Amino acid sequence: MTATPLLRATELSKTYRVGRALLPARRRAVQAVSEVSLEVMPGETLGIVGESGCGKSSLGRCLMKLQDITSGTLEFEGRDITRASAARMRPLRREMQMVFQDPAASLNPRRRVGDLLSDPFRIHAACDRAEIPDRVAALLRRVDLLPEHAMRFPHEFSGGQKQRIGIARALALRPKLVVADEPVSALDVSIQAQIVNLLADLREELGLTYVFIAHDLSVVRQISNRVAVMYLGSVVETGPVDRVFSAPRHPYTAALRSAVPVPKLDVPRPARTILSGDLPSPLNPPPGCRFHTRCPRATALCRAERPALLPDGQGGALACHHPLEA
Amino acid sequence: MPAEPLLEVSGLTVSFRTEDGLVEAVRGISFAIAPGEIMGLVGESGSGKSQTLLALMGLITSPNAVLSGSVRFRGQELVGLGRRALDRIRGRDMAMIFQDPMTALTPVHTVGAQIVEQIRAHERISPRAARARAVELISAVGIPAPADVAGRYPHQLSGGMRQRAVIAMALSCNPALLIADEPTTALDVTVQAQILELIGRLRDEFGSAVILVTHDLGVVAEIADTVRVMYAGKVVEEGSKRDLFTAPQHPYAWGLFASIPPLEGARPARLSAIPGTPPRLSALPAGCAFRPRCAHAHAACAAMPALTGEGGHRAACVLSPARRAELLAAGEARS
Repeated sequence: MTATPLLRATELSKTYRVGRALLPARRRAVQAVSEVSLEVMPGETLGIVGESGCGKSSLGRCLMKLQDITSGTLEFEGRDITRASAARMRPLRREMQMVFQDPAASLNPRRRVGDLLSDPFRIHAACDRAEIPDRVAALLRRVDLLPEHAMRFPHEFSGGQKQRIGIARALALRPKLVVADEPVSALDVSIQAQIVNLLADLREELGLTYVFIAHDLSVVRQISNRVAVMYLGSVVETGPVDRVFSAPRHPYTAALRSAVPVPKLDVPRPARTILSGDLPSPLNPPPGCRFHTRCPRATALCRAERPALLPDGQGGALACHHPLEA
Repeated sequence: MPAEPLLEVSGLTVSFRTEDGLVEAVRGISFAIAPGEIMGLVGESGSGKSQTLLALMGLITSPNAVLSGSVRFRGQELVGLGRRALDRIRGRDMAMIFQDPMTALTPVHTVGAQIVEQIRAHERISPRAARARAVELISAVGIPAPADVAGRYPHQLSGGMRQRAVIAMALSCNPALLIADEPTTALDVTVQAQILELIGRLRDEFGSAVILVTHDLGVVAEIADTVRVMYAGKVVEEGSKRDLFTAPQHPYAWGLFASIPPLEGARPARLSAIPGTPPRLSALPAGCAFRPRCAHAHAACAAMPALTGEGGHRAACVLSPARRAELLAAGEARS
């Protein structure tokens, strides 16, 4: 690919200090994101999947610069923003926005929806003050709400409607990049489909680029072009979403895929690999390949040496010593 | 079903006195469950599925709740039964698993102590023997190092381990009926697969019947024998799993199936979402509650249709069976 990626992370890591602040000797570090490299091209949607504790939300927050990056680099449109100050980030905030999982928690309950939605315009002085109400009305209409909803408070809306408001706020200034962290997982199935459709329509209309973080494989497949699968802080496999889910090559992707119950009868199911045990503690990740403690294909090599994420020759990448047949 | 039903619910209604007047959360539902049957109860938030479960277990204690109808367990009427009499049945013959295992465990006792308490509440057994049983149970639900885990507090266990501990507790007296409210919703899929396998094994080994509340049709396809779909406090469709998955009859069920993005095969350009939102229980439309969101609604829907159908597969919809077959053939339930 010759074009500049909109977003590029190179060996990005995020470490949190945990434990007792008063006893430095007992403080330990959790590496929530461990040397993740990925690129997001303009116009594409990159899905990030993994189970709870795999670091996908931490990664999302790092990509948005909502928290400091411990090591590695992050570039937005070719500019290094790894250490950019809050002041330097401010103009960039117009270009990159986030949609959160819990729309109720991300909307101030004491402010009217119209006020919440005028914030982006005011803060970035994006238009004349007099114009703001019209812009807000247009935004509300764009997410299939009504202009008169501007007078209401967040609690007067259903979960799906609240998420529409969260999306409207993120899109107010026409960002280039939207990072959505589990935007539909708190919603009922029938409402999920509405929001997924809305996100797809907006992408089309506004030429958006998404990083779509979710644990639900079928939702990610519906909206993404490419997908990155994470396990214990690392990306273990990336590639075009159809290929990765229909013919996974990393044993973890295969296990994850086969564990999803399919709402159909009489369809040939991939042989289920039931993983034994739970995710190891990220405080004390296993040496070598982090998946070896639960992997049916693990060997001595996997226990000793951590596999690097290498191109798989099919437009994706894979971090495994013993991948499944292509 | 040939055998005497284990549980027979008829005309169960749960309503609450609120500022907006009497609000009916469960509006007269009836069903029966045979021993060893796994029934999937499907519905979205506010459909009344959780209130139904709480009513079955006699756990609706709000002074503003009004309960009517009948719940018979092995022929014994539970509605209106005193707390002492209920306590002899609950936990022993009927057990419940909640969505969030943390709410079912007290943080101040070890997991082992909580299971021992549960066993000794229902059986005359020495503390030592109860302890041994607890460790056995913990091992039976697939927790490694059971003796060690029995000595731990809930916060020291992962979500999957906690849910297994709660299941171990529910199984402690080999209940004839296990009631599970979204038991895997809070868990990761790889752990969900383990828990579903465990519930299936429970039925196979102990012959327990299970009522499994879920919003995930994938889970139903995996484990249930029969399915009931609830909408706005009523059962709108019921039948065997095969009936429901091969020829769903209610437009709401079609909408549910069509809303799920497929994990394989062609990706639809758009998902066919059900428009609108579920109605507020305090302002239900007259007649069929699904009418405002239904693509096939017409004048006749203003009267509430009864559950009708043949061979145990019944739906509450005014469309004629022939018309429904036509729509289904035209791809209504496909996304």
